[in-house]
Amino acid sequence: MSILVVEELGKSYSGFQAVRDVSFVLEAGEMLALIGPNGAGKSTCFNMIDGQLAPTTGRMAIFGKSTAGMTPGDIWRLGVGRTFQVAATFASMTVAENVQMALLSHHPRRWPALRWAARYHVAEAERLLALVGMTDQAQRSCGELAYGDLKRLELAIALANDPKLLLMDEPAAGMATRERHALMGLTGRIARERTIGVLFTEHDMDVVFGHADRVLVLNRGTLIAEGAPAAVRANAEVQAVYLGAGSLYGARS
Amino acid sequence: MSFYFVQFVTGLSSACSLFLVASGLSIIFGVTRVVNFAHGAFYMLGAYIGYTLTDRLSGVVGFWGAIALGALAVAAIGTLIEMLLLRRIYDAPELFQLLATFGVTLVVEDLVLLIWGPSELLGPRAPGFTGAIDLFGQPFPTYDLLLIALAPLVLAFLWLLFRRTTWGVLVRAATQDREMVAALGVNQKWLFTSVFALGVFLAGLGGALELPREAANHTMDLQVITEALVVVVIGGLGSVPGTFLAAIIVSELNAFGILVFPKISIVLVFLVMAIVLIVRPWGLLGRAEAAARAASGMVLSRWRPLRAEGRLFAVLALAVAALLPLVAGSYLVGVATEVLIFMLYAASLHFLLAGGGLASFGHAAYFGLGSYGAAIALKACGLGMETAIVAGTVLGLVGALVFGWFCVRLSGVYFAMLTLAFAQIAWSIAYQWTDVTGGDNGIIGVWPSAWAASPARFYWLTLALSAGGIALLRAITFSPFGYALRALRDSTLRAETIGIERRRVQWMGFVIAGAFAALAGALYAFLKGSVFPDNISISLSIDGLVMVLLGGVGTVSGGIVGAAIYRSLSIWVISHTDYSKLVLGALIVLLVVLFPKGLVGAFEAWRSVRTLAGLHRQNP
Repeated sequence: MSILVVEELGKSYSGFQAVRDVSFVLEAGEMLALIGPNGAGKSTCFNMIDGQLAPTTGRMAIFGKSTAGMTPGDIWRLGVGRTFQVAATFASMTVAENVQMALLSHHPRRWPALRWAARYHVAEAERLLALVGMTDQAQRSCGELAYGDLKRLELAIALANDPKLLLMDEPAAGMATRERHALMGLTGRIARERTIGVLFTEHDMDVVFGHADRVLVLNRGTLIAEGAPAAVRANAEVQAVYLGAGSLYGARS
Repeated sequence: MSFYFVQFVTGLSSACSLFLVASGLSIIFGVTRVVNFAHGAFYMLGAYIGYTLTDRLSGVVGFWGAIALGALAVAAIGTLIEMLLLRRIYDAPELFQLLATFGVTLVVEDLVLLIWGPSELLGPRAPGFTGAIDLFGQPFPTYDLLLIALAPLVLAFLWLLFRRTTWGVLVRAATQDREMVAALGVNQKWLFTSVFALGVFLAGLGGALELPREAANHTMDLQVITEALVVVVIGGLGSVPGTFLAAIIVSELNAFGILVFPKISIVLVFLVMAIVLIVRPWGLLGRAEAAARAASGMVLSRWRPLRAEGRLFAVLALAVAALLPLVAGSYLVGVATEVLIFMLYAASLHFLLAGGGLASFGHAAYFGLGSYGAAIALKACGLGMETAIVAGTVLGLVGALVFGWFCVRLSGVYFAMLTLAFAQIAWSIAYQWTDVTGGDNGIIGVWPSAWAASPARFYWLTLALSAGGIALLRAITFSPFGYALRALRDSTLRAETIGIERRRVQWMGFVIAGAFAALAGALYAFLKGSVFPDNISISLSIDGLVMVLLGGVGTVSGGIVGAAIYRSLSIWVISHTDYSKLVLGALIVLLVVLFPKGLVGAFEAWRSVRTLAGLHRQNP
């Protein structure tokens, strides 16, 4: 069964159609890249799938459940992890506490005001941080981390609810090329081991074609291509969009 | 019928000054994000300086020249304050500027008293507008008609200024996105200064124009700042036409409220504001605030529970405090009791403001409910002191439960204003429901039970409850619940994405803070032996903010330290000088400039620098 089904999804902002008729599915354990030039509607798609934005038209289902009317919290509780284009973490907490916070929310307790929070889920938080290679930074303040480390911390937080679907909006933005490949390699490995489906966006085409199982191409809100990386790379329309030789910039070859 | 019409027109003429003041406040907030609490003080200065000038200059040119000169003089003072004070603290945590402008307000209040004396000063009539015309058989002052005509003219002038000049375009751009305007190379310093000058000019003009209608007096600053805040919020922050509309609505509510609901006339305005905020959270003509980039200017330091040395210090402090009545006289013990009560009050606000990022401008509501609950339980229901303290705490808790449910629907400044509105509603009920609360006369004879009646014993009771309350608040801060509350402060987006329900968690945080404030209020009632509407006043709410901000909003212990220092200082200053506001205000301004992270924040920064230096010495 497909873990994520998107049908005829559309979003318009006071007349401007940001996303139009987007349909695709994502299978368990699959790395699916959503690419497209700036302003193509990638982030809008992400924000609709994770419940931050209500779509104007269309339907979505995660693990077979319709997500209409669900908040980001509801969708997280279904078993969906999310990372953001601009890292969103808790700056007044340590790296470990950031992960513990997510674990505490995943395992709610009846009397949440009685014990020091940092004593809960210590081992589990250590395990998740080890997974993303941040064991030695666990006790550092989150506010003083380098940006690449913040992105890895986000991945650890996103994995805290043992998700079966990961939504990663530019997980490697702001990282150096080697770090990008390392992070996406790590994500791919985790996804295969745990059969997590991953939907991600990325601007670095080397990273996309190196790590995605399948690629969706979005341009001006519409899907223009879909398929295996090699096929998409060879697609004339995609090349036109990316090289600027097509209708997008009105250039003539 | 004609009577109502005249009442309506009178309302319109009151709207003029209110619009001038509120539009200035709104413009300043829009661009600089400073809630300029001193705006009321500038309005008052406009009236007093205008009085002196109209007194010296005579004739038509003299009068209008004096009004204009007065407003310009106030604008010059405002510009000076912006350049010398606010420029230094724009990067400090949000609301810190509020503390600075509150200090300025205190200073101005006493300066006005020093220069112009305590009596009310009625200005001259405006030449050419001294008489009245016949309006449906009722006399109506021509000066009021002039004001009615003036308001739309000012609106049109501001509209042209913002739409037709480059400067206006910059101001509008900065209102929408400050960072972007700065990134485009606009000199922000002078943009801020000029905007501040214009805003203050409008306040000064509003004050001076009121002279022929109303005597200049010492309470006009706080009165107008409250109304102006309400107007700005109803109209929508940063929207001048919204402010215009709201000024008319508020003035008409005042004009007719007196007739229709004499008992709840004061509540009416705040009730309308509460309804507007619940139905349209960004005001009538305002727009949703763009998501701020990161936490604007807020440097978040790591929060951790006390370590061994900190715990040792706390135990020692508690032991010293417990021994105090053995060496000190009953006056000093009474002062110390009051300080302890305010430490608990500040700790409860700190829990909400620092721990949850929720700036309540009306925290005194819960303190006051605690006081009244205890006093009524004791006097009207005949319960004992012990039960009465519990009853007061419960009443505060219930009040926070009801008011909080509405407040957590909003955020940022709008949240702050709704808390203020509810506090004002609670205040008006205490003030006007004479049968139960005694109104202005309050409730007296609220004395502790015999076993706790001596100053020393009541001190120990207060010490036990305050220290216990503070310890409990700290424990909650570091519990999973407290972490969830702080997670929402650090990053609402991330917190909601990991399933933390914002409204529920913030609502509970609000209730916890309210209950502890109410406990403090109940103790205060028994300390003073009486309860007055002052226990819910705006100035008590502001005092709470001052204590927390002074201590340091980015720290765990800021609230209690700020309270201990500020309350002791203010009690000492009040007993030693007649111009306590001048001294306190100047001190606040000085502390704000010297310690923009608050006292505890500055201490922590100093200690971490020292630790780093120590590390360097060990491993060079």
